[in-house]
Amino acid sequence: MELLANILISAMIAATPLVLAATGELVAERAGVLNLGVEGMMIVGAIAGFSTVIATKSLLLALAAAIAGGTVMAALFGVLALTLRANQVASGLALTMFGLGLSALWGQGYSGLSAPAFPRLYLPGLTEAPFFGKLLFGQDGLIYFAFAILAAVAWVLDRTRLGLIVRAIGENHDAAHAIGYRVIAYRYLALMFGGAMAGLGGAYLSLVQTPLWVERMTAGRGWIALALVVFAAWRPWRVLLGAYLFGGITILQLHSQALGVKIDGQLLSMLPYLATIAVLVIISRDAVKGKLTAPQCLGQPFHATA
Amino acid sequence: MLRLEPRPEPSRAMFYLTPFLAIGLTLLAGIVLFEALQKPPLEAMRLIFIAPLTSVRGLAELLVKGTPLVLIAVGLAISFRSGVWNIGAEGQFAIGALAGGGVALAFYPATGWWLLPLMSLAGIAGGATWAAIPALLRTRFNANEILVSLMLVYVALLLLSSLVHGALRDPDGLNFPESRLFQTSLPILIEGTRAHVGFVVALAAVLLSWLLLERHFLGFKIKVLGQAPRAARFGGFSAERLIWFSFLLSGGCAGLAGLFEAAGPVGQLVPTLPAGYGFTAIIVAFLGRLHPVGIPLAALLLALTYIGGETAQISMSLPSATTAVFQGMFLFFLLAADVLVSYRPRLRSKRSPAADRRGACEPPMAQAAPLPSGER
Repeated sequence: MELLANILISAMIAATPLVLAATGELVAERAGVLNLGVEGMMIVGAIAGFSTVIATKSLLLALAAAIAGGTVMAALFGVLALTLRANQVASGLALTMFGLGLSALWGQGYSGLSAPAFPRLYLPGLTEAPFFGKLLFGQDGLIYFAFAILAAVAWVLDRTRLGLIVRAIGENHDAAHAIGYRVIAYRYLALMFGGAMAGLGGAYLSLVQTPLWVERMTAGRGWIALALVVFAAWRPWRVLLGAYLFGGITILQLHSQALGVKIDGQLLSMLPYLATIAVLVIISRDAVKGKLTAPQCLGQPFHATA
Repeated sequence: MLRLEPRPEPSRAMFYLTPFLAIGLTLLAGIVLFEALQKPPLEAMRLIFIAPLTSVRGLAELLVKGTPLVLIAVGLAISFRSGVWNIGAEGQFAIGALAGGGVALAFYPATGWWLLPLMSLAGIAGGATWAAIPALLRTRFNANEILVSLMLVYVALLLLSSLVHGALRDPDGLNFPESRLFQTSLPILIEGTRAHVGFVVALAAVLLSWLLLERHFLGFKIKVLGQAPRAARFGGFSAERLIWFSFLLSGGCAGLAGLFEAAGPVGQLVPTLPAGYGFTAIIVAFLGRLHPVGIPLAALLLALTYIGGETAQISMSLPSATTAVFQGMFLFFLLAADVLVSYRPRLRSKRSPAADRRGACEPPMAQAAPLPSGER
């Protein structure tokens, strides 16, 4: 029982950066922006957060720095893809390559240091409860925040006027423009929200999960987050399902030794990537359904003509 | 305020000028970067971009690093031209090295004239097989090829590392994660350096890709599919077959590049063999305008950043990541400057009559990615 609870807790910890990054990307994609630079924004968030906590010892400032780092990166993408109308796929790749390089440059001299422990929730009585106690009431704040932000995004997208505008812009930017909505401004906002969440997701890795700075420590999680958005068919709650599924797979690999499975560690490390591919195949099989669920203007440049 | 006005026709002059503009802007940004790092900027620039060109060794190293970049980028350019986003060349490179290197190790310690061609074929086959996975999943199951090909990079690197730590490890070695040294290596081009015949093969690939794109019907089909998928459908070109062709070709090129790296400068299989060439080649392809003439030039420029980066690392204690930042900036500024190809900056907002209204969006690109801006 203790082992199961521990496995579940570490699965949640592995899932949270994916929840954060995928939620942000989902908002950007619902507004019609395909930002393939999630990996780059995450890694910049990771080093921004880590270097700030080393300099200031303040975790709150570190989280703010991570959010700022991700947002600035997203804005950079916006200048390319929204203002200058560059190809979004190529711009996203550029953002990822630039982010990986920049973070490596920035992170020189931070390897080997460790961040202060991230505080965990403690509710007297509840947290000590067997099995569910630590699982539900003893996690770090960002795990609860991830749930909250996901709920907020789901509510805003489905139930508010702002969400309706964002979705309209993603479905048909010409029509939204004709009604008088400022397509590019809303897209910048959605994109930068995505950057903030990706930055936070990256900081979760360097401040909570490891907590260390390692070059290229995101190890493809930004790309997995992109796949999760497809898996979720652009619906917020399904992001949670997908992320926890992946968290479980990642943890399976870590706990397999304890469970007595004898497979080479490097082969086990392939699991999350192979699972991503499998999930993409299963979810994309139906081409017609795929076309109906994706935002219609996803990845298309917008130029106001009238 | 500065406004962007669509040009009636994309500007050909700008199409060829913007790469140079991008290079200029990157150099400027580099000066700012070095100021920020508190290194003398001009000295750093001289070390990175000029010093390697002043010695035979430096020039030869340029060819060594340029070879994989040219080979991979030539394949990627054709893939990008057809609107197929193979961004997993790094993985195809690793599997090509693994397959070709595997042949060398299987016949160890035999040598012979036949071994190198056999290794090369195995390298091509390995890379093409790895690229066939995203092609299959895209054509059969409609899975996004960007994400699949990228996920396979991680799988390939782990596979290479796992095998070099295990089955392929040098039995006579000191337990280091490395294979035996190959008995056969690529003939050296310039005596006393590491420049090998792979560069000649890469140039041949450039020539072949030019013939394919400019002189062959298949090349025409590729360009139509990339620029006007609907027209390609009306023309009866099978998108499925072109996707397969693009993946197999670009994967095969990357695989051969991997084998050349293993059988050339490295001489064995090591986990760190794919040193990011597969990703840098994406920049090379774009900076070279997806064009057979531009690619070798762009490849040499980016090879220069690798070598110059190493020089600057040693003599100025610049971090090695500087190279990666420079490479990222090249692509950034190129994409930014490319706005000038289709748009004209205007000081006041005045609408041109050519800016006709466009309709609602095309069908979405849930699975297929939008098209790269090929030559118009």
